[in-house]
Amino acid sequence: MRIRCPICGDRDLREFTYKGDAVALNRPGPEAAAQAWDDYLHLRRNPAGATRELWYHGGGCGAWIVVTRDTVTHEILGAVLAEEAEA
Amino acid sequence: MADLIARSPCMGLLPLEQGGVSVTELDPGPMTLVAPYKGQAAALSKAMKVAHGVGFPAANTTETGKGVEAAWFGRDQALLIGAVPDAALADHAALSDQGDAWAVVRVAGEGAEDVLARLIPVDLRDSAFPPGRSIRTQIGHMAGAVTRLPDGAVRLMVFRSMAGTLVHDLDRAMTHCAARGTG
Repeated sequence: MRIRCPICGDRDLREFTYKGDAVALNRPGPEAAAQAWDDYLHLRRNPAGATRELWYHGGGCGAWIVVTRDTVTHEILGAVLAEEAEA
Repeated sequence: MADLIARSPCMGLLPLEQGGVSVTELDPGPMTLVAPYKGQAAALSKAMKVAHGVGFPAANTTETGKGVEAAWFGRDQALLIGAVPDAALADHAALSDQGDAWAVVRVAGEGAEDVLARLIPVDLRDSAFPPGRSIRTQIGHMAGAVTRLPDGAVRLMVFRSMAGTLVHDLDRAMTHCAARGTG
């Protein structure tokens, strides 16, 4: 499996570390209701298809990136810097 | 007072030579990590150009000047090699002294790419990795930096504490390539 880092280009999987669903970018505001925080911490979708995930390019440039991956085929559909990704 | 003896990171480990590939240690001189403050990248590049003759390098490249080099060293980071940074740089960037912190070696010879292909998961052939390219990647299990030097050789950098592992990994890869007759 290879991931196209927006900075480094096409790189091998071993350079990356998986964090989890990109929902981590949608942190609720400090005044949000308890239910919103509960959802943020614990609720994840489990799609058969495209999913957005956070990966860390620790073996390369050190950027956090949002990778769109198909969970059925493991095809990498795209990768953007987390800084520039839509939450 | 005791007479202290400076030890280079690979002292006693290098040089190596096998199958036409040689590994020697490089003394890079002063090295400083240059990390621009937010929004200061352009101003920093200008200040570097004025003071040292090299600008802030684009991602995955290195800029070489007279006795000084600015190698890209990760996201929003560059390594200034061969010169003590001018004080003006501190207005635009965080500077940290990295001299003595890295083991720096030079891998040269026909078949050097075959040896490195066993350790580094990036295409390092001439066509994909010409002089002026400088990347961050993994060397074996170590985080490192790989640069194509102007003379065609490849420069590897890993943390100084990993010098022994780097030489061991290179030695094994060279032995295996030589045994296959590809080195």
